Amino acid sequence: MTALIETRKLFYRYSRRGVVLDKVDFTLYPGERVALTGANGAGKTTFLHLLVGLKKAKGGEVHAFGQLRNEEKAFVEVRARAGFLFQDPDDQLFCPTVLEDVAFGPLNLGKSRDEALQLARETLASLGMEGFEERVTHQLSGGEKRMITLACVLAMKPDVLLLDEPSNALDTEARRRLLDTLKSLPHAMIIISHDDEFLRELETRRVRLSDATLVEESIQQGVAVITDAEVA
Amino acid sequence: MPQFLEHSGTSWKGQRLKHAQSPIDRIDPRVRVIVAFLFALVVVSSSRFSVLLAGLGTALLLAGLAHLNFKRTLRRVVAMDMFMIFLVIMLPFTTPGEALFTLAGIPASTEGMMHAFQIALKANAVVLCLLSLVGTMSATTLGHALARLHVPDKLVHLLLFTVRYLDVIGQEYKRMRRAMQARAFVLRSDRHTWCSIGYLVGMLLVRSLERSERIADAMKCRGYNGRFYLLDEMVLTRPDFVFIPLCTLVLGALTGLSFI
Repeated sequence: MTALIETRKLFYRYSRRGVVLDKVDFTLYPGERVALTGANGAGKTTFLHLLVGLKKAKGGEVHAFGQLRNEEKAFVEVRARAGFLFQDPDDQLFCPTVLEDVAFGPLNLGKSRDEALQLARETLASLGMEGFEERVTHQLSGGEKRMITLACVLAMKPDVLLLDEPSNALDTEARRRLLDTLKSLPHAMIIISHDDEFLRELETRRVRLSDATLVEESIQQGVAVITDAEVA
Repeated sequence: MPQFLEHSGTSWKGQRLKHAQSPIDRIDPRVRVIVAFLFALVVVSSSRFSVLLAGLGTALLLAGLAHLNFKRTLRRVVAMDMFMIFLVIMLPFTTPGEALFTLAGIPASTEGMMHAFQIALKANAVVLCLLSLVGTMSATTLGHALARLHVPDKLVHLLLFTVRYLDVIGQEYKRMRRAMQARAFVLRSDRHTWCSIGYLVGMLLVRSLERSERIADAMKCRGYNGRFYLLDEMVLTRPDFVFIPLCTLVLGALTGLSFI
């Protein structure tokens, strides 16, 4: 099976925070849903940013969709094929209305106005968010904002989803809805989260970022440890 | 901040949400922007009282046509008049000419008086016209109309982003302000207060900057390449074809009046 995204000896250092990624090797295969955990400030978000070229690696290589990506130009295609869901939905929704926001990505990919609108409507409908087209983005609730940002990303027809704490600040119902939606999607995913239950329902594999390296964790073991802790 | 400034300074959703549908709403936004612009040009460049009074009358008529909320409009007009009041008071005393009356030994000139009246009339006429024609559309519509009128992209984006994020930044400000209050912070006129408010403003700037970077990143992730696509189409309709000749007539008459 060919890898969708692969990093080789990826290295990143902040001038104040120090090294957050030290020669990290990671591979994402089709159909995988990888949970990425780690302490606050461990560098999880940085890792995702490096994958789509929002930050430039200080060393190592990023291979995505069969090619080495090492410059801004090469990352443009990666961003189109790897949908990135940001931590704060407000950062992602910047158009006045929902429909414009969802159509923004497809238009950037060169779709015509009608195609983009069609695609946006279909995507909203597929997420059960029809009727939100003309709503004003900053007046939505947290859960609605989250679903709309997901629609924004899915409208670009990506192969991979990169989710940065998607269940943050969602109430039980909105969280359930997001979970069910994500479970029904065929995309390969990398999910950053501190929400263990959320991850347990989704993950096919779990890696933990600690001391600037990625450690593979077996899911069963993870569950066992948590159960012990709960009992104690 | 006093309430009337808070209202016009930090939130502008247009009057669309609250005001009743009016004939003005049915006119194309582009036409409204252009008419308001031309009206301001005509009124400001005239120095005849007849023109200015007619201009103010027209503006009042437009305000009536737009069903402007009386209280809110008054508040906004007064807010603008506050900025000019000193100019209007000072002018009679600083313009040389025939003395009309003397106050504390300083003569007030008739010319200065006239000039002051003119400025006040012009400003109020233009503001009323703006409030009824442009103020009644949402800021987003205004942005789109400007874009369609080939105003430089950068300016339009600046407007649209300001509208979108003013609220978010305002929320952030309120959150921090409440957090300060929760730790028993009260505004006083001492060093500690100035210092804390300084931190608050500084932190707001830092947070806004960081947010803007995240927004730029998010846009890049969705393939942004410096172009915005406007989805709505603006087409001239029947009300426009009534409104345009009418405005041409009035503006023409006002211009003609200034030369008689």
